[in-house]
Amino acid sequence: MEFIFKKISSLSAAFILVLLTAVFIVLFLYAKPAIKKYGLHFIIDPRWDVSVPIKEKTPTKTNNIKSQKNKNNNIEVSDADVLAALGITNTNAKTETIYGGLVPLVGTILSTLIAMLFAVPIAMGIAIFLSEISPPLINKPVGIAIELLAAIPSIIYGMWGLFYFGPFISHIFGGSSVSLLVAGLVLGIMIIPFMASLTRDSMNTTPNILKESAYAMGATKFEVIKDIIFPYARKGIIGSIILALGRALGETMAVAFVIGGVFTFPKKITDPTVSIPVVLANNFAESSGMSLSALFYLALILFILSFIIIFSAKFYFLKNKN
Amino acid sequence: MKKLVVGLTLAAVSVFAWNINGTGSTFGYPIYKVWAKKFYNATGNRVNYTGTGSGTGITEVIKRHVNFGGTDKPLPPKILKLAKLYQFPTVVGGITISYNVPGIHNLKLSQKAIIGIVLGSIKYWDNPLIVKYNPNEKFPHKKIIFVHRSDKSGTTFNFTYYLSKMSSVWRENYGARKFINWPTDTQGRGIAGKGNFGVSAAIKTNPYSIGYVDYADAVKNNLKMAIIQGMDGKFYAPTPENFAKGAKFAGFSPKNDFYKIIAYPKHGYPIILSTFILVPKEKIDNDKKVTAFFNWAYNYGNKQAANLGYIPLPNSIKMQIKNYWQEKGISPVK
Repeated sequence: MEFIFKKISSLSAAFILVLLTAVFIVLFLYAKPAIKKYGLHFIIDPRWDVSVPIKEKTPTKTNNIKSQKNKNNNIEVSDADVLAALGITNTNAKTETIYGGLVPLVGTILSTLIAMLFAVPIAMGIAIFLSEISPPLINKPVGIAIELLAAIPSIIYGMWGLFYFGPFISHIFGGSSVSLLVAGLVLGIMIIPFMASLTRDSMNTTPNILKESAYAMGATKFEVIKDIIFPYARKGIIGSIILALGRALGETMAVAFVIGGVFTFPKKITDPTVSIPVVLANNFAESSGMSLSALFYLALILFILSFIIIFSAKFYFLKNKN
Repeated sequence: MKKLVVGLTLAAVSVFAWNINGTGSTFGYPIYKVWAKKFYNATGNRVNYTGTGSGTGITEVIKRHVNFGGTDKPLPPKILKLAKLYQFPTVVGGITISYNVPGIHNLKLSQKAIIGIVLGSIKYWDNPLIVKYNPNEKFPHKKIIFVHRSDKSGTTFNFTYYLSKMSSVWRENYGARKFINWPTDTQGRGIAGKGNFGVSAAIKTNPYSIGYVDYADAVKNNLKMAIIQGMDGKFYAPTPENFAKGAKFAGFSPKNDFYKIIAYPKHGYPIILSTFILVPKEKIDNDKKVTAFFNWAYNYGNKQAANLGYIPLPNSIKMQIKNYWQEKGISPVK
């Protein structure tokens, strides 16, 4: 019995690793054509879906399929996607399409940054209030409200952001109703309940005896929170921030509604831009061939980016003191 | 006893009833859904259609994963041959240019004004090219915000096809595509919405904005729609009558598998599009079921289509499609 139990639980743990590698491999395989074509330059190229004339012609196997022309006035209608689905590469094309991931990459990082700057202080405030300051009578309803907020599907935040919050923000800060700022703030609002409830739980684990000893020594409430509770609950708090960060990096539906979906760098914080998950959600259904591969490349970048950020956060915050 | 009889008749129906699956065009989704429901009530046969986008519709039917695919971007005969597919149109629709300018209610846009707005050369609402045909309106000196789709879409394809036909500058620099890097974006005056729903919302919530939206969505969202100049120089309001007038000049022909992008017809409202069905060549039995559904829709579905803001195909084109089916041997079984 003991043996089986041990095996089953280690199998469950191994499942996570297998899943992670499997996802990575699939992303890599699908992204391979794009990686081959654009290389690492993809990360610093701000152009997305831009046609440029081909410089040199590489004679590979020839197919006599020219891009379809409308005879009356030569409107080029590209059928490259359809041909790619048929497994044919169009070698007679005079133009090629360039995909680069810099704009969504910057958009992802900036929107996450705004979200964290906005959410962390508020979430900490909520957690401190709930675990130390509020009377039990308020404690419970507020706690439940926060957990309810955490359970709201992200698309609802997106719709709320699109119809109410976005116009409200643009009224105050200027700019349009969909922008980097709105996206960051909606993201922040989405992760606050998440962060607050996890932080509160870890603060609640501080042994009463520690707090009481500190009060007995004459410490004020602020000092107890700063010097006893925070250091004690540090791991849990940072863990909650990292989990929230992961959620903010990958959030799709809510951001897709409010970020603006425009492939340009935001010059002001109130300008619209785009983020990686939004590009994926917006283009996945209509893509095939190279455009699909470029999307997988973006997904791979997001995967690695979240991995690096979460890993370094864990490494830096959790390892250095132990 | 009654229950038993009902149960038996249902069972009897379901023995002969069939099921087909289709996917693709989101533009066609609302009407296909209504038709499928009525068709089920009338015949007991089930048609399942999911709106996943024209691109998916094409690839899924090429891979033979579905019984039929829907697309807003017709495939040229050469590619149909390669992919072993037949193609025919189902309904026609219109794309509106909707706007939100406080105080302006009857905006008229000439071809030059439309091209100037999308190319970004007209930056403010009080530009003489806009004022010219609207002498009675008072335009504010406000920046024009151009709203477009953020996702790849057949609506964008048909709208940019219309622009390409109208303007050589647009044709040479941007062309007709499902995704465009809009010139207004680089000027910082562009925003985008996901789906027709997202564009409608963006126009509604941002004063001084203008953008292209499906007729059905524009009506549903109470957007103000511009009256625009057609190829013949006359101005047309976005109404079903004017779309139908344009569709008359669509120029469909069974000889090239109805391959025709109908935007910018000689007369009538210029920004119109039609949506198409693709069926696999070798699966005759399958295709007969698909054509049975659309045959029923052509015969009895006009009213539902009109209610949703679509334009049913003219009878002459429906006849051509039925002949096309016959010629290819995929006519529905009577």
